[in-house]
Amino acid sequence: MAWYSNSTSEKKKVKKDLWIRCSKCGSHVFISNWKENLNVCPQCNYHGSITSWERISQTFDDNSFKELFSNISPVDSLKFIDLNGSYHSKIESNIKKTGINEAVITGYGKINGIDAVTAIMDFRFLGGSLGSGTGEKILLASNFAYDNSFPYIVFSASGGARMQEGTLSLMQMAKTCAGVARLKQKKIPYISVLTNPTTGGVSASYAMVGDLNIAEPGALIGFAGRRVIEQTIGEKLPDDFQTSEYLLEHGFVDTIVERKDMKDYLSKVLGYYNR
Amino acid sequence: MERELNLVENEILDNELQKVSDFSDLSPWEIVQISRHSKRPILQDYLSLVFTNFVELHGDRFYSDDKAIIGGFAEIGKHKVMLIGHNKGKSTNENIERNFGMPKPEGYRKALRLMKLAESYNLPIVTIIDTPGAFPGIEAEERGQAEAIARNLTEMSILEVPIISVVIGEGGSGGALGIGVGDRILMLSNAIYSVISPEGCASILWRDAKFAPDAATALNLTAGALLKHGVIDQIIQEPLGGAHENYEEVADSLKKAIIKNISSLNTLSAKELVHNRFMKYSGIGAFLTN
Repeated sequence: MAWYSNSTSEKKKVKKDLWIRCSKCGSHVFISNWKENLNVCPQCNYHGSITSWERISQTFDDNSFKELFSNISPVDSLKFIDLNGSYHSKIESNIKKTGINEAVITGYGKINGIDAVTAIMDFRFLGGSLGSGTGEKILLASNFAYDNSFPYIVFSASGGARMQEGTLSLMQMAKTCAGVARLKQKKIPYISVLTNPTTGGVSASYAMVGDLNIAEPGALIGFAGRRVIEQTIGEKLPDDFQTSEYLLEHGFVDTIVERKDMKDYLSKVLGYYNR
Repeated sequence: MERELNLVENEILDNELQKVSDFSDLSPWEIVQISRHSKRPILQDYLSLVFTNFVELHGDRFYSDDKAIIGGFAEIGKHKVMLIGHNKGKSTNENIERNFGMPKPEGYRKALRLMKLAESYNLPIVTIIDTPGAFPGIEAEERGQAEAIARNLTEMSILEVPIISVVIGEGGSGGALGIGVGDRILMLSNAIYSVISPEGCASILWRDAKFAPDAATALNLTAGALLKHGVIDQIIQEPLGGAHENYEEVADSLKKAIIKNISSLNTLSAKELVHNRFMKYSGIGAFLTN
């Protein structure tokens, strides 16, 4: 390799470590500012993705969160192989990349003093896809909420069902919804927070049936993929199609809450639970 | 015109299929083709071959009457049931009218309304699944396709009457599951049930829809594979060559299987039904624990 190409890549690396480029408005923001602002662009208010652990520290009172069911991880039961190799190898590389072993972290803690059980999806892990392990954790967390009569809050960030698990992943939609139904029967609060993106099988299951559906600003939320719809109708879709704002207008979310206000909003509405 | 093309395609397919001496050796992709065969019996055929006295009930009470899902009272053997199913067509005109069996939110909401009615009247529910998927269009999104399916999954899991779901052709993802949360899930032997169409999966994971046959294999969408993985409960054997070869024979098997399952579920109390259903769905999936 020539000396100049090497030095350019070094330079790029330094630059990349310091700055982050907002994927919506293109502004360059110091990473430290980006993090301080909860991964939200200070210029355009774009709500960038955050990890489950970042979400936990933003939402739960200090040192109150206890993780549950962290022993569950995916398995390649169908021996699924596509163009890029086996699902098994994808599982391994995603665990290595993210340090978590499923697309959701589950646990419980206090939100401004209020006990709550939570499942927080992590988009970094296989696109937040809903696999058997993901569904299992979301169900077990709802069972934990049921048994302890704690409110349940799910933060969704997912492209939908996990194709590499075939129909097993589809069935997780029914499984997680069965858990939600039990909470409703026992009149335990269930709040769904929809973040960017919440689409496909996740939007068509637990994410859309909260007592309250709360969206972060500008999130992509919808059932069918944009490209699929455009192919079906043969025309381009408007920019705001399937955004949080579009869903609010059409009556499918209760409200849109900015990330910085989320914790206080959640504790405020849970404060109305009068049982 | 399209119908004629289909017929030509089907003839080619039939010839290809006849080359295969043992039908149990069909590839997943060949089974996909049979499940979509334009002569394959659809719900409209079974309405008279399996059920009697169908009393169709229309509308979701909110928006309209979706012709891609039909439902109403019906009898099967000595049982009175609520019958709900995807309504594919055979001719192009029928398919246009019924949107190729792809429901919009109002279809799922009609289905839920009828299921609640069944619960109120203490009738077992039979759902017949045969759809490429829920309709992907602007108006469907606007009226809450995701919410409509999600609501059905949630409500079906606690309905206090038996639910028997039968996949008779294509089980297209959430669009199928939206009426498919049964106590028993049965499948005809050449039906498919998948999280995504093989074409859709291939265009994402293989970056080209022409790899659909590979995706069909990888997705494990056949009745045999799904029984093995604990997704479905029973396979209903089709006549040699596929259901389209003998409507009466497949209808008879279907009828017997549904009646048998209704009889066994009828012995359970509402509480047992709901508990067993919860345990059934809790148990589906494969993952590691350590």
